[in-house]
Amino acid sequence: MKLDEVKEILNAEVLCGHDRLSEEVNTACGADLMSDVLASKDEKSLLLTGLTNVQVVRTAEVLGDIVCIVFVRGKEPGPEILKMADSASIVVMKTDYPLLSRVFCTKMDLTVGVNFNREAVYNGF
Amino acid sequence: MKPYTMDFDVKARDFSSAGESSSKFRKTLLMLSIPSDIVRRASIAAYEAEMNIVIHSYGGKMHFEIYSDKIVIIAEDTGPGIKDLELAMKKGYSTAPKEVIEMGFGAGMGLPNMKRNTDTMEIVNHDESGTKIVMTINF
Ligand SMILES: Nc1ncnc2c1ncn2[C@@H]1O[C@H](COP(=O)(O)OP(=O)(O)O)[C@@H](O)[C@H]1O
Ligand SMILES: [Mg+2]
Repeated sequence: MKLDEVKEILNAEVLCGHDRLSEEVNTACGADLMSDVLASKDEKSLLLTGLTNVQVVRTAEVLGDIVCIVFVRGKEPGPEILKMADSASIVVMKTDYPLLSRVFCTKMDLTVGVNFNREAVYNGF
Repeated sequence: MKPYTMDFDVKARDFSSAGESSSKFRKTLLMLSIPSDIVRRASIAAYEAEMNIVIHSYGGKMHFEIYSDKIVIIAEDTGPGIKDLELAMKKGYSTAPKEVIEMGFGAGMGLPNMKRNTDTMEIVNHDESGTKIVMTINF
């Protein structure tokens, strides 16, 4: 799925990486625990999280296969986060949906075959 | 053969720079054209070890050795050590304080994840004087 479509489905606002929306993601991983993200498998993926600290970007950067980070629940990442994401070539979006919104889970499930880490994700529901 | 080495100081509780050494280490591995699965495993192991120094120790350092056929990662700090190592190695065991958990860490998966991503992991020391962990990844 292209990031363009992700943006549509999540009704998201792009905060950085506007020029890279044609990039593809194969899986999505939703987590409020970076440890779960670090234990995830290797695939070009989308990270959905309700955490807004620089460690989210650092974790994505260290993994190297996170193409885009989506901040959920209307959380607003600070300028430091955007700067770091931009230099690591990671696209950043934000959405008002919660981590496990039924709307977007169903849509993403249907279209991507989302690899949610449900255990971690349900905490944020 | 002499390895390519890198050394970094890691400050305790400094979350704004936490992970910088692992990030620089990763960039170097990429520059040296190390296979991407090796880069990923090495970066994750390094990052978990570095975060442990930031979260649980009084401060320490990360040392990296890159050979033509393996990578050695050494994480060393100045204490307080790991009291019950057997427990610490278990998935889900953590003594991380609340504010660390709120940042998304402290799920007790770090040490098991380091072990999973490396070919050897030796905890050389874990008494009050400090923790020293040596990990290797073979190509
Ligand atoms: N460098 C260290 N110094 C002191 N204690 C440590 C260190 N690394 C790990 N520990 C102890 O081992 C536990 C488990 O570590 P880990 O598996 O990385 O989980 P977490 O970091 O999420 O707590 C920690 O909660 C801590 O009690
Ligand atoms: Mg840890």
